[in-house]
Amino acid sequence: MIEATGIKNIIKPENLVYKKSSVMTDNVLSYCPGCGHGTANRILAEVIEEMGIQSKTIGVSPVGCSVLLYNFLDVDMQEAAHGRAPAVATAIKRLIPDSFVFTYQGDGDLAAIGTAETIHACNRGENILIIFVNNGIYGMTGGQMAPTTLPGMKSSTSPAGRDVKTMGNPLKMTEIVATLPGTYYVTRQSVHTPANVRKTKKAIRKAVEYQKLDRGTCFIEIVSNCNSGWKMTPVQANKWMEETMFPYYPLGDIKVPVEESVK
Amino acid sequence: MKKELRLMKGNEAIAEAAIRAGTDGYFGYPITPQSEILEYLMEANPYETTGMVVLQAESEVAAINMVYGGAACGKKVMTSSSSPGISLKQEGISYIAGAELPCLIVNVARGGPGLGTIQPAQSDYFQSVKGGGHGDYHLIVLAPASVQEMADFVELGFDLAFKYRNPVLILSDGAIGQMMEKVYLNPPKPRSSEILEWATTGKPTTRERNIITSLDLDPNGQENFNLKLQAKYENIRKNEVRYEEFQCDDAQYLLVAYGTSARVCQKSVQIAREQGLKVGLLRPITLFPFPSERISELSDRVRGILSVEMSAGQMVEDVQLSVGCKVPVKHFGRMGGIVTTPDEVVDFLKLNIIGG
Amino acid sequence: MTEEILIAGFGGQGVLSMGKIMAYSGVMEDMEVSWMPSYGPEMRGGTANVIVILSSDRISSPIVRHFDTAIILNQQSLDKFESAIKPGGVLIYDGNGITRHPERKDITIFRVDASEEAAKMNMSKVFNMIVLGGFMKVRPIIKNESVIKGLKKSLPVRYHNMIPVNEQALLRGEEIIYEVRKAE
Repeated sequence: MIEATGIKNIIKPENLVYKKSSVMTDNVLSYCPGCGHGTANRILAEVIEEMGIQSKTIGVSPVGCSVLLYNFLDVDMQEAAHGRAPAVATAIKRLIPDSFVFTYQGDGDLAAIGTAETIHACNRGENILIIFVNNGIYGMTGGQMAPTTLPGMKSSTSPAGRDVKTMGNPLKMTEIVATLPGTYYVTRQSVHTPANVRKTKKAIRKAVEYQKLDRGTCFIEIVSNCNSGWKMTPVQANKWMEETMFPYYPLGDIKVPVEESVK
Repeated sequence: MKKELRLMKGNEAIAEAAIRAGTDGYFGYPITPQSEILEYLMEANPYETTGMVVLQAESEVAAINMVYGGAACGKKVMTSSSSPGISLKQEGISYIAGAELPCLIVNVARGGPGLGTIQPAQSDYFQSVKGGGHGDYHLIVLAPASVQEMADFVELGFDLAFKYRNPVLILSDGAIGQMMEKVYLNPPKPRSSEILEWATTGKPTTRERNIITSLDLDPNGQENFNLKLQAKYENIRKNEVRYEEFQCDDAQYLLVAYGTSARVCQKSVQIAREQGLKVGLLRPITLFPFPSERISELSDRVRGILSVEMSAGQMVEDVQLSVGCKVPVKHFGRMGGIVTTPDEVVDFLKLNIIGG
Repeated sequence: MTEEILIAGFGGQGVLSMGKIMAYSGVMEDMEVSWMPSYGPEMRGGTANVIVILSSDRISSPIVRHFDTAIILNQQSLDKFESAIKPGGVLIYDGNGITRHPERKDITIFRVDASEEAAKMNMSKVFNMIVLGGFMKVRPIIKNESVIKGLKKSLPVRYHNMIPVNEQALLRGEEIIYEVRKAE
């Protein structure tokens, strides 16, 4: 362990290789160690900072693990009822059209209780960004089955594994919304390696540009881990995600604009 | 500018008054007997003139959450529905009350429970004045008894909502929503461009970020917030009670009725007085705050009180709480979409209060 | 003066719009008015009715169960509402399709065969204006020119070419209405 004086010596400007985004607050992240949410929060903050849109940004945080997102992002935020973020965001964007509006929702929020709001906001082509963090489980409430839980996957409400015959199949919301004319840009990314982080950040940046151009709904799914809910170490969880989640939820663009005018 | 005279349905009056009040957004979902509000707004297309957003949501649930989003931006936003739809909105209303957001909600009530009927009823009283959703909260509840008041209460409702940062409910019913009367409309006001300091409009460098939430995981913090809410309601009770009296000065018997029932009871008072019975009517205009003090005062002077509602007897409980045991308080009303008639009220009064 | 009027018939006969025109005419004459329709599924092909109150004073209850005048346009409505007319009140009915005629002796009964007349004039659309013309003859509460003024105000301009036909229908109604029986 480094002494306090030692830290002070290390954090001299000439030694710094990384700087916390000014759009991140000083609050300590409340996510479990190893969770992808922290990284996703960070790159969102970085994009907002880099694109100079802090004063135009209004975010909507959901119910679930990201309910406290407003503690970490230094932007105006609203906390929505479970599943209703796309409806809340719809009104914000309609009433303040030159704002940048995003929702940040988990799988239970977006793909179970909020299915109607998700589908209809996308179908109306609301000019908002929906960030969908899919880890296949209800993390905050203690590891219950989510609509995106994989077949055979164990959770506290599918202790013997998800039986698709009685519990339904994992829902591929991203593929569903891609079929709607209202969505402009639909992609599935992850944040578990530096290369993937870069790709996701690029996708968020594109979505901000598209929103400025009034193109319609942008939808970014981030397949992520839940090591505590999955009962794995962070390393095991990332490995399991690559081996088990990615085949079912393959990464990559699902719907890209026909005219790729934005680079 | 002069007020404009129109002949309108109550529902149309609400819609037109909303445009004229400078409303920023309306979010609704069709349900009888209030669909004319959304229809009128879509036809009027105020986005082209005032910039007012009108949106048909995918459900009542989505509509009330759109109201939440708009209200959190400090905008003048509203929704309307009828009883089953208002039930669906209750979760959102609780969040709006919990986040202390101003907005206007209109219930053109119909008979229940369940799908019930599309005919007028006043059986949503408890839901309206006692909270409606989860948690300890109150809406400010206005009860119009005419098409004129349907129009007037839109502006009054927004004023109260912003004054107290509290949702306001206009509790109407199918009869007032569907009937046409003369209405004098206020000249149009432009939408406000004021940016409210608490609203989420994008964080400038000059202030801290604004967060709109009803969440506080710390029980002490949450209790303190509840105490603050209760203090606000007490303040509202002190300052915002509204009611109207008809021939109460010499009344020996008092009718208490709001909305459509109050109109019916005005005629009952006429009929009773023609028969030599000294009957008066107190019409609560605000149902929360309830005119308890005035009813208590009047109860010192009358021999009996009849609460008349199109329900199984809900407001009667608040009348009883106001009166204590000073004089007999009874309820009369029809249910399931049947409007009480003036004669029935007089007959019941004679049999159960005067004769009893 | 307060006149409590019921108009009842089939949906599609123009019951509600006749009431609306009456209410508009009342507004033109500076009266207090209320127009309270039956609403909902009844509008779709079933029976329709509306209560119109015209008054020189503030109107108390817009919903009443006893009427000064009832305008009845089908058998079901006659069966349902004949008893709802105040003693000494007025019943106006169209004889078309009526098999059981009104029986009360304590009301004054008028008949206006507007369906037949509208068919003769080849103008089924102004059927309700013929009835209204009859009403105005026997209950002169609203003036002819107020009705026309009300029509001009309430109709979209594209229908203003229909106003002369409506006026003609009103006059025809005044001519063909006749008293069946005076109240005893």
